[in-house]
Amino acid sequence: MQLKLALPKGNLLSPTSAFLQRTGLELSCYDGQSRSYRPRCDKLPELFLKVFHEKDVPIQVAVGNYDLGICGRDWVEELLAKYPSSALVKVLDLNYGKTALYVACSKSDSSRSIDYWQTKPGTIRIATEYPSLAESFALSLRLRRFSIFPLWGAAEAYPPENADLALISLPTGNPFNQTLSPVSMVLSSSALLIAHRTSWDSRDLSPLLRCLHSASDAKEITIGNIEGQKEGVDESLPSPLRPDSAVRLGLPDGHLQGPALEFLGRAGITIQNNPPDPRRPGTNIEGISTKMVRPQDMPLQVANGNFDLAVTGEDWLLNHLCRFPSSPVKQILRLGFGKVRVVAVVSKQLPVDSPQDLRELLRKGHLSRLRVASEYTDIADKYARDNHLSPYRLIPTWGASEVFLPEDADLLIENVQTGRTLAEHNLKVIDTLFESSSCLIGSTHTPHDSYKLERMNSFIHTLQQAIDKS
Amino acid sequence: METQRCKGSRDLLPGDMARFRHVEKVFRSCCLGWGYQEVRTPTLEYLHLFTSTGTLTPNMLSRVYSFLDWDGWSGERVVLRPDGTIPAARLYVENFPQAQPAKLFYIENVFSYEETGRESRERWQCGAEVVGSARPLADVELIMLALETLGQLGIKEVKVHLSHAGVIRAVLKELGLSPAQQSELFQRVLDGDTEAMSRMVSASPHLRNAMSLLFEGKGRSAGHLQNLKITLERALLSPHLEASMNDFIAIAQCLTELGCEYQVDIVSGRSFEYYTGIIFRFYSKGERLGGGGRYNDLIPLLGGGDIPASGFALPLDRLINLITDWQDKAPRVLIQSDVSITGIHKLCFETAGALRRAGYVAELDQGHAKTSDYRWVLAIKGESAKPAFLLTDKAGGKSLRADSAAEILKALQTADATKASSP
Repeated sequence: MQLKLALPKGNLLSPTSAFLQRTGLELSCYDGQSRSYRPRCDKLPELFLKVFHEKDVPIQVAVGNYDLGICGRDWVEELLAKYPSSALVKVLDLNYGKTALYVACSKSDSSRSIDYWQTKPGTIRIATEYPSLAESFALSLRLRRFSIFPLWGAAEAYPPENADLALISLPTGNPFNQTLSPVSMVLSSSALLIAHRTSWDSRDLSPLLRCLHSASDAKEITIGNIEGQKEGVDESLPSPLRPDSAVRLGLPDGHLQGPALEFLGRAGITIQNNPPDPRRPGTNIEGISTKMVRPQDMPLQVANGNFDLAVTGEDWLLNHLCRFPSSPVKQILRLGFGKVRVVAVVSKQLPVDSPQDLRELLRKGHLSRLRVASEYTDIADKYARDNHLSPYRLIPTWGASEVFLPEDADLLIENVQTGRTLAEHNLKVIDTLFESSSCLIGSTHTPHDSYKLERMNSFIHTLQQAIDKS
Repeated sequence: METQRCKGSRDLLPGDMARFRHVEKVFRSCCLGWGYQEVRTPTLEYLHLFTSTGTLTPNMLSRVYSFLDWDGWSGERVVLRPDGTIPAARLYVENFPQAQPAKLFYIENVFSYEETGRESRERWQCGAEVVGSARPLADVELIMLALETLGQLGIKEVKVHLSHAGVIRAVLKELGLSPAQQSELFQRVLDGDTEAMSRMVSASPHLRNAMSLLFEGKGRSAGHLQNLKITLERALLSPHLEASMNDFIAIAQCLTELGCEYQVDIVSGRSFEYYTGIIFRFYSKGERLGGGGRYNDLIPLLGGGDIPASGFALPLDRLINLITDWQDKAPRVLIQSDVSITGIHKLCFETAGALRRAGYVAELDQGHAKTSDYRWVLAIKGESAKPAFLLTDKAGGKSLRADSAAEILKALQTADATKASSP
């Protein structure tokens, strides 16, 4: 009888690897150096293991693709806050990878009381990677009106200019950065062993559980509630607010960061490190303030007016426009670096070479329902609709999407640069949706401030010249 | 066959819809008769309408269907309305000149998530609101309107339970609790957590007796409330309590004068946080049939000025299961013809039209009708120039031959008149 265990990558990978070493399960290919997504267990050959982005683990266990999973409790509670009836059993607190989720505000607001946020007129903007927990927090605190901006990351960079509050995760014991101050502790988190409800109720998981229990210095599971206590407030620092007339420029972190800075350099724009506040680097151009966040989050931030201009990928712009067709975000310049193709991918085991073949497979009943996994949820949704691939179910992923095929998804909408990763995972491209490059985006709404408009046009002109030269 | 219906949803079949429309008709007729005007609010509303302090409790908010709209880049969410009163209050604020009194009613669906799917996630409500009157008589009118509706629907043994949010709030205020504790306890009481109330009572030994009388008493008269008032005033000196008790007594007194029986039941559970005064609920044979109350703070919270209001809602989809002695009484005639005869179709449609205009349900047989389902069967035969009509009374087994639709109509009306005048 095969048992399936979902394991986390990212921050929890190393401590989970160490924990599993202690169980005596003798795992191979699951450590910081390994690039494999399918570790093997020599001691329990019937154990099937797969490595996911941590955020995907509770989803995979809840839908029943895996009997057991290990991930941070924060992601479990995030899923349960949105889908309280998810088929998840919280089995064991593994007592490592400890973090705490805080609602934080800018240092400039650190003297504000809970009452202030409860009674503040207007909309309270909350930026977070945990939108469902943020909504629970807002409801439990009885905020009268709030907006939640779901992010791919870097929530700590948003207050005070682009959000009033941020719900962020901090490793236990780590201090807050210099710009933020805690308002309320929402949740304590550590690695958690979870099970699919049906597997827990009907299957004998004991061979694996025995090993996992033996290695853990586990504690009783306690139900996590949204706690409303105010944490200690640090000393106030001056607000890092920029003047309103400055052009607010969003720069990408992650893979696009290097090429973006290099491109700006060629245009004569230098981005200067700002060690006390690395997410807000300086520039050699007057009248521009910069912030470094995830490229995935740029279109939404331009749409809601947080940034005037931003560098992102055309893929993320299109994904945003698929979801919000009347969004005011538009592409201003194609910058040309970071080129990828967005493609439809299936396993080589699947006898299809085109979306039409896939449709035929569904029509003949060889596939009862198409499982479509993608980071580009809205592009994937449109693609499945436009190609009449019904019935289908979308599986949102948070990275390492190629690992989903063939066991946990049938079709993947993914970006490729060279195609090497696809080949490594025995996958094939059946369709190319479009080619994507980095781009400069802005809003269709023109700023009223003539100084700002002039600075924006000058900046765009400078980038255009750099493109023309290359 | 595997069900395709969404968990917690319900189809309304022809029989259900006939009863649904009947309830709707009775409710509309009652409301219009009392001078109320019908409104309808959108299914989608902004979430913040329901998060404003004092509207829905966090427990209720955790079950709303909320999502980003197409222009959701602003981060603001919309909901499928979870309640009828708050949108009606918003409608009033947006559309009525300030302080203009209004009597409004609506028939709408509301949505709330239910985990098991055993209960409906979409429910229908008949609701009525009086906006702009702070008088106890407005609350009494609403109770009487609801009772009239239930009475006309033939629902037997309707019981009225009365509570008073103002009294509960005044007591909580006097117990030395912080505003947050008061709010939490009030929510718990309204969510039906009777244990919370017991804990509160046991935590205040000097008030135990008065509190027990208040929360455990089940009086049936204004006199009972007078007694309570005297007892409470000895334990708690509160102008809020006095005003609320006076309001409670005035409403009870008026109901007694109108011959309306009721039971005082302070902790009867499942209510809305926005209530500020009287809370009333209706039961029949142990089943709850909705209720309402006074919500004087809601319209001010929505920015509509200091306008008092109260209202009630009846669960339409529960009522349709309770009306048993009702049936669709429209007389039904099945029209049959020999399809091979040239020109017969025109005659059939014309005859059906004449019967419909006279108030009959005239159904053309498309070849699959069961004659046993109809009181009257009309067979049309002969050439179009010289038609022959044969009307059969399936109940009496009698038949009548005629040469024209007019004769048939006359015969039907005579039969109905005879039936109506027979003892």
